[in-house]
Amino acid sequence: MSAALEVTGLGVRYRRTWALRDCSLSVPAGRVAALVGPNGAGKTTLMHTAVGLLRATEGSVRVAGEAAFVAQDKPLYDDFTVAEMLTFGLRTNRRWDGEAAAARLAGLGIPLKRKVGGLSGGQQAQVAVTLALASRPDLLVLDEPLANLDPLARHDVMRTIMAETAGRELTVLLSSHVVSDLEETCDWLIVLNGGRMQVSGDIEELLDDHLVLTGPVGASEAGMRVVSAGRTDRQVGLLVRGAPSPDPRWQARRPGLEELVMGYLRNPESTAMPALTGVRP
Amino acid sequence: MFCLIEFTLDRSSGVSTYLQLAHQVKQALRLGTLRPGDQLPTAREVVESLAINPNTVLKAYRELEREGLVEGRPGMGTFVRQGVAGPTLADHTRVRRGLEAWVRDARAAGLDQEDLRVLFAVVIADLAKEDVA
Repeated sequence: MSAALEVTGLGVRYRRTWALRDCSLSVPAGRVAALVGPNGAGKTTLMHTAVGLLRATEGSVRVAGEAAFVAQDKPLYDDFTVAEMLTFGLRTNRRWDGEAAAARLAGLGIPLKRKVGGLSGGQQAQVAVTLALASRPDLLVLDEPLANLDPLARHDVMRTIMAETAGRELTVLLSSHVVSDLEETCDWLIVLNGGRMQVSGDIEELLDDHLVLTGPVGASEAGMRVVSAGRTDRQVGLLVRGAPSPDPRWQARRPGLEELVMGYLRNPESTAMPALTGVRP
Repeated sequence: MFCLIEFTLDRSSGVSTYLQLAHQVKQALRLGTLRPGDQLPTAREVVESLAINPNTVLKAYRELEREGLVEGRPGMGTFVRQGVAGPTLADHTRVRRGLEAWVRDARAAGLDQEDLRVLFAVVIADLAKEDVA
């Protein structure tokens, strides 16, 4: 499978502060990748670098084909009508499928004559995503596309994006704070924390490869790769990668996506980069 | 295209999405709402209504294909295989009427819903044992 986005040893420095350091990842074409991490983790910096808005201080970012970007503040011109935004897109993009865009907006019931400033937040998000898709990108990068949207609008925006990925080979990279928003839609997970890459891999494989263990204090942890641990006086809860220890006192189950993400974020030293095997020494 | 089956998702069930989709197809086959030769909705159609990853739909269809229930025809879609026989509609209606009469009888005898479920499960298990023996 060819990579749609390949990041190698990437570092980005603002003045004296490194926003990203030593990041490597590879997202296969056709995937919907979730980029998660706390505020200040470097998510926006990584996306800006991927779409060419920022230059790498060290290392490299390679996108196979064209990238389109929807910034967090949904940059539209409030005084433009939706139709004028489409014309603007036509004049400023090399590739442009205005017909599909107009049809999609009509299907969503968004009037082309309405000024962008007069649309609801959900409609503005739809217009921004539709404009990005109209440039027929190979990689669609969305910074917090679901922030500030009500549940119905969130569902509608994701429907638009998912339908596009079903129709043609499009790779999507989207960031979000809310992991539960991503559970049904994403099949690749990237966890960034403090400017460093913690996880990059296929979500199903990651979930299959981890276990949540609970057991009494003193149960053997020998030989296990512990991602994170929570302990009380009597009980231990672990997120482990790979096989559990044979101690029968452990109760094991598959983690949910949110548990997996939280487990890594709680322990920034843990990493799981299965997709990078063989990519770097 | 007119869809023969409308998928729904129970996001709090803990059952993975692809299994829920596959289960709903099997259920529709059992009830006779899907029959041999019928086309399943395309990945795009499912995705447009549920806002889920298209690969999830394809995974559900692959699972059904592995079980021999459906077949993918390149460039055309996924279809219920010939020879996948659910009960005929007439049989279904007849058996259902009998079951309704049984449920009414049991209620009249003072059994509640949970009693009915347990009794039903026990009888199914017992008959299965007889078949084996």
